Amino acid sequence: MSATKASRIGEEIWKTRIDKVNAELVTLTYGTIVAQLCQDYDSNYQDVNKQLDKMGYNIGMRLIEDFLAKSGVGRCANFRETADMIAKVGFKIFLNVAPTVTNWSSDNNQFSLIFDENPLADFVELPDDGRAQDELWFSNILCGVLRGSLEMVQMQIEAHFVSDVLRGDDTTEMRVSLVRYIEDEMPPEEE
Amino acid sequence: MAAPRHSAMLSISNAATPQSTSSDRTQAPQQPQSPAPTQGLRVPSNRKTIYDRHLNRSRNAESSRASFAYLFAEMVTYAQRRVTGIQDLEKRLNEQGYPLGLRLLDLLFYRATSTSSSALSSSSTSSSPPNRPLRILTLLHLIHGPLWRLLFQRSADALEHSVSPDTPNEYMITDNDPLVNTYISVPREMSMLNCAAFVAGIIEGVCDGCGFEAKVSTHNQPTEMWPSRTVFLVKFGDSVMEREKVLERAGIK
Repeated sequence: MSATKASRIGEEIWKTRIDKVNAELVTLTYGTIVAQLCQDYDSNYQDVNKQLDKMGYNIGMRLIEDFLAKSGVGRCANFRETADMIAKVGFKIFLNVAPTVTNWSSDNNQFSLIFDENPLADFVELPDDGRAQDELWFSNILCGVLRGSLEMVQMQIEAHFVSDVLRGDDTTEMRVSLVRYIEDEMPPEEE
Repeated sequence: MAAPRHSAMLSISNAATPQSTSSDRTQAPQQPQSPAPTQGLRVPSNRKTIYDRHLNRSRNAESSRASFAYLFAEMVTYAQRRVTGIQDLEKRLNEQGYPLGLRLLDLLFYRATSTSSSALSSSSTSSSPPNRPLRILTLLHLIHGPLWRLLFQRSADALEHSVSPDTPNEYMITDNDPLVNTYISVPREMSMLNCAAFVAGIIEGVCDGCGFEAKVSTHNQPTEMWPSRTVFLVKFGDSVMEREKVLERAGIK
């Protein structure tokens, strides 16, 4: 499936099958979550990143079913197709943005998502404490979401941000790497 | 009471207090000084900072209800792990909403003044004035109408004053079907819990930010038709009630 076709599917689902809310409500709710974590972890931003990733993972595990139900798409033929599906359908129907897929590695196992728009980071300025801009990945929950949801469809991946406009970078970029396809395993025997 | 909470605020939580407020003549005195744009913080060379984006840019933007539900559920789950009881949990949710209220207040005023024929001024309930409300009723209308529409795209369902002579400082705002509770299933042993405490915190922030000291609590009041009907009980402090009397005598609306 081509990227343009994925975009069309994403648009179509967004227009017809998605219950909407004011985007600012989502933005603000996410902001309070991050702010609360910074407070709870005493501005230990590494821990905040970890906790955000964990929350995202929890979301991802549940979100994938929602995604499959709403999109009705089948199995992707390869990781390139998966990337387009994430960017053009997944992000579109849940956050109404469609990041650019780019910077593929030669073995087709790694790509970047460039976020032109990031609704989670609207209205946000990181604390001017000399550390947040070097340590906090504000939107880190998204990495967890990808990790959790792909794991549910037999893909173990690793995702992390490599740049963020909130840190003063010119782009917001997430790097996604395929670790392995998870083989079907027999469920552990029950007593 | 308000002071310690203000100081506990983090500048990170969606600072909706950008430059535009500098042109806002009626800046509340307790507002923390707005951060200088370039002091210390690095900014992208393409100037993609909050100071370069129009505040109304995301005004009509939409996101999916699912995303809100996922985030809110994670927020509640996370809070639940760090508290000991229902009251504690509600308090925590309330505290998370509070700073939002403070900031939404500025956003509301900014939008009410910057757009003449906006939805803000065209509702049946609102008399949304360009200035900060001085009287309780004006404030409550602001919450019931514009604030609710900003958050939930519709007005709240009812606004009432306590009929008891003992509690003239109590007002009730009713939402028949709060969006925040739509996807929260409360276990039976916690049936008292109402996660709309988050919204109560937002209301409290708006009241405090306006100079109306208040405590806001949530109460489940289900009806057959509206099983998750929620009443937000707004209790104003004594100082507010005294001022209200003075203003009434002076004929200020």
